[in-house]
Amino acid sequence: MGSVPGSEIGGLETAGVSYLGDGVRTAVKLLVTGHFAVGKTTFVGTLSEIEPLRTEEPMTEASVLVDDLTGVPGKQTTTVAMDFGRLTLSRSLVLYLFGAPGQQRFTPLWRDMALGALGALVLADTRRLEHSFPVMDLLEEHGLPYAVAVNRFDGAPEFAEEELREALDLLPSTPLVSCDARDPASATRALISLVEYLIGTEARLEHV
Amino acid sequence: MSPRREQGLVRPYVVTNGRSEPSRNTFDLVTLVSGVPDRPLQGLTPEQRRLVALVSRGSLSLAEVAAHLRLPVSVTKVLLGDLVDSGHVLTRAAIPRAQLPASQLLQEVLDGLRARL
Repeated sequence: MGSVPGSEIGGLETAGVSYLGDGVRTAVKLLVTGHFAVGKTTFVGTLSEIEPLRTEEPMTEASVLVDDLTGVPGKQTTTVAMDFGRLTLSRSLVLYLFGAPGQQRFTPLWRDMALGALGALVLADTRRLEHSFPVMDLLEEHGLPYAVAVNRFDGAPEFAEEELREALDLLPSTPLVSCDARDPASATRALISLVEYLIGTEARLEHV
Repeated sequence: MSPRREQGLVRPYVVTNGRSEPSRNTFDLVTLVSGVPDRPLQGLTPEQRRLVALVSRGSLSLAEVAAHLRLPVSVTKVLLGDLVDSGHVLTRAAIPRAQLPASQLLQEVLDGLRARL
């Protein structure tokens, strides 16, 4: 693996590719979602052990909702992009974090990201809390359990937890935490809150 | 597949021989892909060869394969389906869903995250 020098095969440079460990048998995924510029890419980049990767999917305009990132008037096609990163959690288990743009709910890419995901972390910005609503609606439509993490931006107003819960219209059981997407420990703790919640949700489901 | 789904996509890529859906529908973004050593490459398209070369050195998720090849996920799925059929690559379902011990898996995720603090 790593000892083999990279080579140019059909235009592909494999030298910079970081392969999975030989023992990895299981891969799970969590979504990191939220509105435009809420810090999804930063969050994924902070935690990823590899340089975050990006894939792009060309779409017809008809399948893309109004989106200040990708709407290009007069073009027949546009592109939706997703950034993702990787965390090897044990010899056999790897976690992928997909930075999921919340605006493109009907795209096959969203379907791909949501299908089989364990859950989602919704990043929120106290300056634009209402922009988180469509993202949370989308997750509820997909039946994906989620926790909310308020990403602390310098200069953004701070609110008491109860005020935030009310403003975001959260269920009492939905975890609400605060994090700094630039700080690995803080971002990790936000994911831990999500997974603890998922374990509790799963325990309830198993007894249905 | 269904006409409704195809309306949502751009014209199928030349590299997939005009198909916009893979030959099977079981690939997830985190399906793990690895190469099968010493398979002859005759008859493969340049894109298929690039995929085989990429995973000949180790395993990657489908999403990583797509990103490194700079191909859309939809196109990568089609290429992957053909290469599984031809025996050039192996895939491992991310989670064997039928026998998923969800609580145990989540606990492993939690333990792994806590160990990073």
